[in-house]
Parts: sequence; structure tokens; C-alpha cells
Amino acid sequence: MRAIVTVIGKDRVGIIAAVCTCLSQHNVNVLDISQTILETNFVMNMLADTASCTVTFAELTGLLDQVGKDLGMSIRIQREDIFDAMHRI
Amino acid sequence: MLNTKDIMQTIEMIDQQHLDIRTITMGVSLLSCCDPDPKRACQKIYDKITRKAEHLVSTGEAIEGEYGIPIVNKRISVTPMALVAGASETDDYVPFAQALDRAAKTCGVDFIGGFSALVQKGMTEADRNLILSIPDALASTGIVCSSVNVGSTKAGINMDAVRLMGETIKSTAMRTAAQDGFGCAKLVVFCNAVEDNPFMAGAFHGVGEAECVINVGVSGPGVVCHALQSVKGQPFDVVAETIKKTAFRITRMGQLVAQEASRRLNVPFGIVDLSLAPTPAIGDSVARILEEMGLEACGTHGTTAALALLNDAVKKGGVMASSSVGGLSGAFIPVSEDEGMIAAASSGHLTLDKLEAMTCVCSVGLDMIAVPGGTSAETIAAIIADEAAVGMVNSKTTAVRIIPAPGKTVGDTIEMGGLLGSAPVMPVHQPSSEAFIRRGGRIPAPMHSLKN
Repeated sequence: MRAIVTVIGKDRVGIIAAVCTCLSQHNVNVLDISQTILETNFVMNMLADTASCTVTFAELTGLLDQVGKDLGMSIRIQREDIFDAMHRI
Repeated sequence: MLNTKDIMQTIEMIDQQHLDIRTITMGVSLLSCCDPDPKRACQKIYDKITRKAEHLVSTGEAIEGEYGIPIVNKRISVTPMALVAGASETDDYVPFAQALDRAAKTCGVDFIGGFSALVQKGMTEADRNLILSIPDALASTGIVCSSVNVGSTKAGINMDAVRLMGETIKSTAMRTAAQDGFGCAKLVVFCNAVEDNPFMAGAFHGVGEAECVINVGVSGPGVVCHALQSVKGQPFDVVAETIKKTAFRITRMGQLVAQEASRRLNVPFGIVDLSLAPTPAIGDSVARILEEMGLEACGTHGTTAALALLNDAVKKGGVMASSSVGGLSGAFIPVSEDEGMIAAASSGHLTLDKLEAMTCVCSVGLDMIAVPGGTSAETIAAIIADEAAVGMVNSKTTAVRIIPAPGKTVGDTIEMGGLLGSAPVMPVHQPSSEAFIRRGGRIPAPMHSLKN
């Protein structure tokens, strides 16, 4: 299953490292990353493959949320299908 | 990979524009629960609902978590109870409502609908028993919703039922007087009721439906309003196109969730209801969409035309996005559940008469309207008759969900809390409709019902 990880907040050192560490610890493969600055916000999207993830999707959501809290940013993970449904025909 | 703009647009819709799945509703047939012994019938009803819907709430929550889209309500609709309870040797149907309530609470759903009767052409003994049980049923249960269909384009309007419903609404308000007549918020009177409606209080599982289905109702007035802010001052063609594109996106999401829920629960997918269902939250209002089109206040001249455009564009945009569209599908205009409608009604710009006109061009009817507690049963029945006539002649669903708030008068406000919101008490016309309602009988179906 593929999922999109979205990280939004104020730019700082170590964002990608922290998110990728959390994902790799639970065997989630990162397929693609894009990042940009929208207005004053740092925005990063990652396409991740959760097929071999060692924890449940709900647990992974909670872990990433905690990483976000530690960084003072908003981190969420959602299945890719919802974006495809809304933006691809 | 998807581009950042698309991803952020979806996240903004969910976070800031209140995009959500309003409801996943599981329709369950209870025809197999008929039994001459009412106690045994109630047990069968409880057992069947709790068996079929055991995983409904947990599945909804799992989908919510994985897709990051709120699913506000999980609900159950059942076969119109008059058809099931009619087989039992009793004329007190309150225990059937209580069985529904217990089953729904065990499953953890928000509402259960289907304490209903379909009496558009005539009433059976069971239908009458059910209607007479409504006030006690709604007063003694928490999350049971009731509906009665009193008319249709094909059959005309059953004016005996209309009169009885006027009295039933009054008694329901009195039986729940301590909560400002809250029972009436769970009671809808329909014309041309649909059998696959996932929205409350009017959901029931029609007899033409399968054993068990999943229906989904989408929402998103905030998203439409936000989209229209980017086309300020442009012609209506542009407005319609913008709404259609937005409705398409919203509905695609609804279709995805419906299919996923259907797959996980191993229950056939029924329909997606393409509706704009408001909530009392700021930024989630249908009235504000109409105002965004250029009206200073909802209810002023031009409101009906704006709503007609909105309703049509929502359907046109949504219909391409779903494999099966049904339910009510259109814009809802419940007064108490829409922050903009509450404001317009409180300031006097939005009147009962204007709302009636608006129901000619949208998907529902006079919805969640509080009127003075002293309003007579005949006046309420006459309001129902007017609304049923709009539905009958225009071959569309109309409904009345009206609350004659005990002890309240024009200028007061009733609070129902949660998604049901608060409603300013609106004035009704004073001249009597009593002699009209007392005639009884049936208003014949219109000429265009003869299609064969």
C-alpha cells in the first residue's frame, strides 16, 4: 500500500532525517520526496510504500504524529488513493 | 508522484474547509424478523442489526484513519418498521423502537432510522399503530429516527395521514418539552420519500433494496464556498462550472470511501448521495454559498435562483464521479444546522414562505425549523400539505421536519446541540387552516403521474 506523508511547519534542521528515521525503523520504504516553501511554510511530501511496515497503519500514524510534535510541525500520513481519486481521472 | 499543489489542496479542504464524509449508512432489511410474538420479533431485530453492523463503526474509524478524511457519522437504516411490526399481535410499537435503540447503541452508531410508515395512498392498521406510537417512541429512545411518507407523485397526498402527522408532531413536541421538543428533530414527514437515503432523520431501508447495503453521504459546502471566492463577479456559467468541478472532486472521494467500506464489510455498495449537507460550524454553510454568489443575505430576492443553480451544478458534477448515485442528492437547507441560515432567519431575512419557495428547487424541504409552541396541529398539517404538494407536482422529494417548541415564541431560540444546532423560532401565518385540514381524504395525483 502506498501512502503520502505530508510535513508542514516552520523550516528547521533535521526534518527529513527525523521523518526518514521513523519510517525506516518500521521498514517503510520512501519512494519519492518533494519539498518546497509555500508562503512561509516548509512543505514536504513523501511517497512511501507501507507494504512491509512492521506496525499497523494506525500505529504508524501515531508515531509520525509524535515526531511532528517533537519537531513542532504537523505530520500526517494518508493513503495515496484519496489524492488520486480527487485529482486524477 | 502527485504534485504538491494537489496534495495541499486536499489537505486544506479537510483542515480548513470542513470537507468530510457526512455518513456511512448501512441499510439492513428486517423483513426476516417478522414474528407473531412481539417480544420475539424485537429480539430478532436486535440480533440481526447487531450481527450485520457489528463492525460498521470500527471499519469507518479505520478508513477515517488511513485516508485522513473525517467520517462524521456511522448510521443504520432499516426496513420501515410498520411492515415488520405489523406481523406481531400487538398495537403498541414502542418496544420495536426501543429494540432499534438498544441495537444501535450496542453497535456504537450515531443514529438509526426506519421507525417509519409509507402511507401515501392509504394506511394499514400497522401504519396507524406505528404513527400513534411515534411520540412515545421518540420520547423513550435516544437515537431512533422516524419518518412517514404521506404523499407521492403517483398516489397523491393522503390528507388523513397529513392531519394525523400534524397531531403527532404536536404530541412529540409535548412529550419532549423539557428538551424544547427535541423529539421532533428525529421525525420527518415526506412526499416522494427515497428508499436509499443515507441521511437522517429520513433514512429507511426500502423494500426494493437488498438484504444489506452500504450507502454514503458526502458533504462539503465549505469547499464549494471557498472555490466560489476565486470567481468573484464572474458570470453564472463560470459559477456553475466551478461548482461542478468541486462537486466532482468531493464525490470521487465519497465513492472511494463507499467502495472501501463495502469491500471491508463485505456488504454490497448501494449509492453515493451527492449532497451538500451543512453543519452549524462557521465555514460549513449552504447559505453562505448563496451569499457568495452575490446576495447580501440568504432569503433575499434571488435566493431561489441561486439555490437552483447550486443544486443542479452539484448533481451534474457529482454524477460523473460515482458509479451509482441515489438518495436525496442535492443541497440541503436545514435552518438549525446551517450557521448562515440561522443568521438569516434570526435577522428576519429568511422566512418560512421563502424557505418553501426554495424547497421547489433543492433536494429536501422545510427542514429543522422551529415554530412557536402554540402553533396548532392543523397549521402544522397545512404546512406539511403545502410542502407535499410541492413534491407531488414537481416529482421530487420534499419533507417537513418542524419543531413546535413548547413554551417558546417568536424571538426565542431553541438549542439542540451537536450537528442539530440551534434554531430561532420563526413566525407562522395566523389565519386558521382547520376547516381545510378537517376535510380529510386524498388529494388526487397530478395529471403527469399518468405516464404509462
